[in-house]
Amino acid sequence: MKKAQMKFMMLITGLLASSMAVAEYGLNLRRGVTEYSQTAYGLHTLTLWICIVIGVLVFGAMIVSIFTHRKSKGYKAEQFSHSTVAEVIWTIIPIIILVVIAIPATKALIQMENPTDDSGKRMKMDLTIKVTGYQWKWKYDYMEDGISFLSTLDRDHNIARQKGSNIDVNTIENYLLEVDNPLVIPVDTNIRFLLTADDVIHSWWVPDFGWKRDAIPGYINEAWTNVKTPGIYRGQCAELCGKDHGFMPIVVEALSKEDYAQWLAEQKGEQAEEAELVQTEWTKEQLMAKGEEVYNAQCGTCHQASGAGMPPAFPALAGSEFVNGPATDQIDLVLNGKPGTAMQAFGNILSETDIAAAITYTRNSFGNTAGDVVQPATVKSMKQ
Amino acid sequence: MSHDITHNEIGHDHHDHKPKGFVKRWLMTTNHKDIGTLYLVFALAMFILGGAMAMVIRLELFQPGLQFIEPHFFNQMTTMHALVMIFGAVMPAFVGLANWMIPLMIGAPDMALPRMNNWSFWILPFAFTMLLATFFMDGGAPAGGWTMYPPLVLQGGHNVGFLVFAVHMMGISSIMGAINVIATIMNMRAPNVGYLNMPLFVWTWLITAFLLIAVMPVLAGAVTMVLTDRYFATSFFNAAGGGDPVLFQHLFWFFGHPEVYIMILPAFGIVSEIIPTFARKPLFGYVSMVYATAAIAFLSFIVWAHHMFSVGMPLGGELYFMYATMMIAVPTGVKIFNWVATMWKGSMTFETPMLWSLAFVVLFSIGGFSGVMMALAPVDLQYHDTYFIVAHFHYVLVTGAVYGIIAGVYYWLPKWSGHMYSERLGKIHFWWSTISVNVLFFPQHFLGLAGMPRRIPDYSTQFAEFNMMSSIGGFAFGLAQVFFVYIVWKTVRGGEKATDQVWDDAKGLEWTVPSPAPYHTFEEFGPVDLDKMAHGKIH
Repeated sequence: MKKAQMKFMMLITGLLASSMAVAEYGLNLRRGVTEYSQTAYGLHTLTLWICIVIGVLVFGAMIVSIFTHRKSKGYKAEQFSHSTVAEVIWTIIPIIILVVIAIPATKALIQMENPTDDSGKRMKMDLTIKVTGYQWKWKYDYMEDGISFLSTLDRDHNIARQKGSNIDVNTIENYLLEVDNPLVIPVDTNIRFLLTADDVIHSWWVPDFGWKRDAIPGYINEAWTNVKTPGIYRGQCAELCGKDHGFMPIVVEALSKEDYAQWLAEQKGEQAEEAELVQTEWTKEQLMAKGEEVYNAQCGTCHQASGAGMPPAFPALAGSEFVNGPATDQIDLVLNGKPGTAMQAFGNILSETDIAAAITYTRNSFGNTAGDVVQPATVKSMKQ
Repeated sequence: MSHDITHNEIGHDHHDHKPKGFVKRWLMTTNHKDIGTLYLVFALAMFILGGAMAMVIRLELFQPGLQFIEPHFFNQMTTMHALVMIFGAVMPAFVGLANWMIPLMIGAPDMALPRMNNWSFWILPFAFTMLLATFFMDGGAPAGGWTMYPPLVLQGGHNVGFLVFAVHMMGISSIMGAINVIATIMNMRAPNVGYLNMPLFVWTWLITAFLLIAVMPVLAGAVTMVLTDRYFATSFFNAAGGGDPVLFQHLFWFFGHPEVYIMILPAFGIVSEIIPTFARKPLFGYVSMVYATAAIAFLSFIVWAHHMFSVGMPLGGELYFMYATMMIAVPTGVKIFNWVATMWKGSMTFETPMLWSLAFVVLFSIGGFSGVMMALAPVDLQYHDTYFIVAHFHYVLVTGAVYGIIAGVYYWLPKWSGHMYSERLGKIHFWWSTISVNVLFFPQHFLGLAGMPRRIPDYSTQFAEFNMMSSIGGFAFGLAQVFFVYIVWKTVRGGEKATDQVWDDAKGLEWTVPSPAPYHTFEEFGPVDLDKMAHGKIH
């Protein structure tokens, strides 16, 4: 028994020592890059130390008792079973400690929910970004500037993460934390986030900003941040949202104000070009080529690259009566989704061109023989 | 005196009245000891099954990348692991202990409602057959998390109906079990046993039973609305139809928070029996223990939305739920301090039940500390839905609830089986479990703080080391529990004969009946010897 105790003590000391040695590998909460995340970190540290001190006292008393008040040392048990003084003390002291923690916690929470600037006035937000969660991607709308785009797991990462891909994921930088289109924000700017979702509940979380907030269908949640340092910040969806919950990362690129203005101008130009493409007549080859790309990025997760689907949740498109039926029905379904299923309303997610291309692709692939092409202009007319 | 009566009776086998044949003995039994055994065996089977699911989870998380299972199956594993462990292992184990011990501890011949007792057990195998059958259906088992949040849960296909009806049946079983416990404690105490003479295990179960009756119907209502949303085109939780997905979360956690106390209060009771026995000293602050239990139970009803800080609530709501949650630390602290004060200046020995109880006090406290940290809403916006909370609730449920149950099994197994378990094997089981459980769950704190979300089948390579460590701990801990099954089996089959008293100086009426406890005990209604009860004469 004694030997076992000695071994146990050695193990504990060993664990403590090794935990200090590897401190740089991220044992503690991240400090983050916003004022709020620093506040949260401070509160975390305060509470952690209070817990450690209480733990040392309580477990210390236990250890002393275990080593001295034992029968094997001939210690005779006393028979006291009550002490009003002790009980009052160990009720009052925890209450005082909790009040001490509650004060800064209250201040921090107010600053998150009802932020004020230095003069005590309600903080003015400079930029509003709407975040919409979909299974399994994010959509970002810059409310003032009218640009919007989807953000999904980077293609190479998506290939590597498939079971049986035989790719060593350790060779992939920032594995699972890379997207095709990162959210771009300016530094030193008060940014308001409006969060919602289109299908199930998601949660938008970048640890370095210090908070997460749920994106809920039918709700618009609000949160804010102000990033001081330019850089790339990574996070993930934090609310279970179905099979690919683990594969909808968030990447935020914080740029200096000048770089951000330049990025914004480029985006506006690209989106204007995109609008023009809708009006042009596309050839079947063009639509098929673009369609394959769109299908694999947006549809393949559920309906599979082979079109075989994963019934019953995700029906097969290969040989499907519906896909080989009238094109207008299919356009309608893709635009408006199918309530009660995982099929989303893509009318708000993808451009008319993308939808036309993807539909054309499904009607002429996987052995499907509908043969026709769907023009972006047709999709656009059905959208209205 | 009643214990004399029972002593006289076991000399004559024909008074034992054990029904012959499997069907009559087990299927139709109304005997509290047999039903207790059924509950415990069922719980152990579910513990191993739920543990096997945990092994699949830890196997997939052993390394980054998907090696063994698809993400959808991974989600089925996390969902079913939780449902099986909560409703199949921990809760039935406590009901089993209540069945066995409450009548023995208060001098009652049986539970107050023996036929209902039979029914409340026999519902369970059917409920779990329905739940587990979903694995063999198109689309598989429920994969939306044990919290069953809509709209995700509604994507489950065929399994939604099975899930909802299984939860209904488990709820009916729990409510009947709880009614039985309350009726027994209120009506069947030996005439001279007052409420403040009752052992703490009986007290904690009485309070737990009220929690069960209060919250199981709320869960039943919430899942019924899921059912009608899925099959009858209602829109309780469908925003597009004018419903509210957040409403479900409020209803669920109004059940869910008391539920976590349902899973820990009886463990508090068990530990409060064991520590005084092996410290050879009365429990410190018996009355304050009772009040603290009641206070925790009351607070458990008014803190539910601390599971929802990231959902988006008004500031006032968040502040209220933060303050209310922090208050739970006070009565919980009282309990911890009382246990330490019970050990203080005792004359301790360290038999297996005591080891598990001491580990319970330390490791449950660690879970309590992370609980206080998460009560702080502004920081919970970081902790929420990460591995930090996975570590937290496994510290309170595995090294809390499950450790309490295992301690109780080692403590009372000699009384049930008439045989002493092997101290050597029990200690090996303890050290093996306690070292591995910390290797399993402690690194998960670090993973959560570094930013790893929960319920993901694959992760960024920065999390690889601690996940591997955690998985190794998991495999070792899982294997240790198979060893536990062996120890229990071996003890039931044979071994050193246990004395009636079993532990020197242990207080409690259960030690006044023979070992193994005869089929019927305290058959004649009459006063018991209060000197034999831990709190019989103190107040």
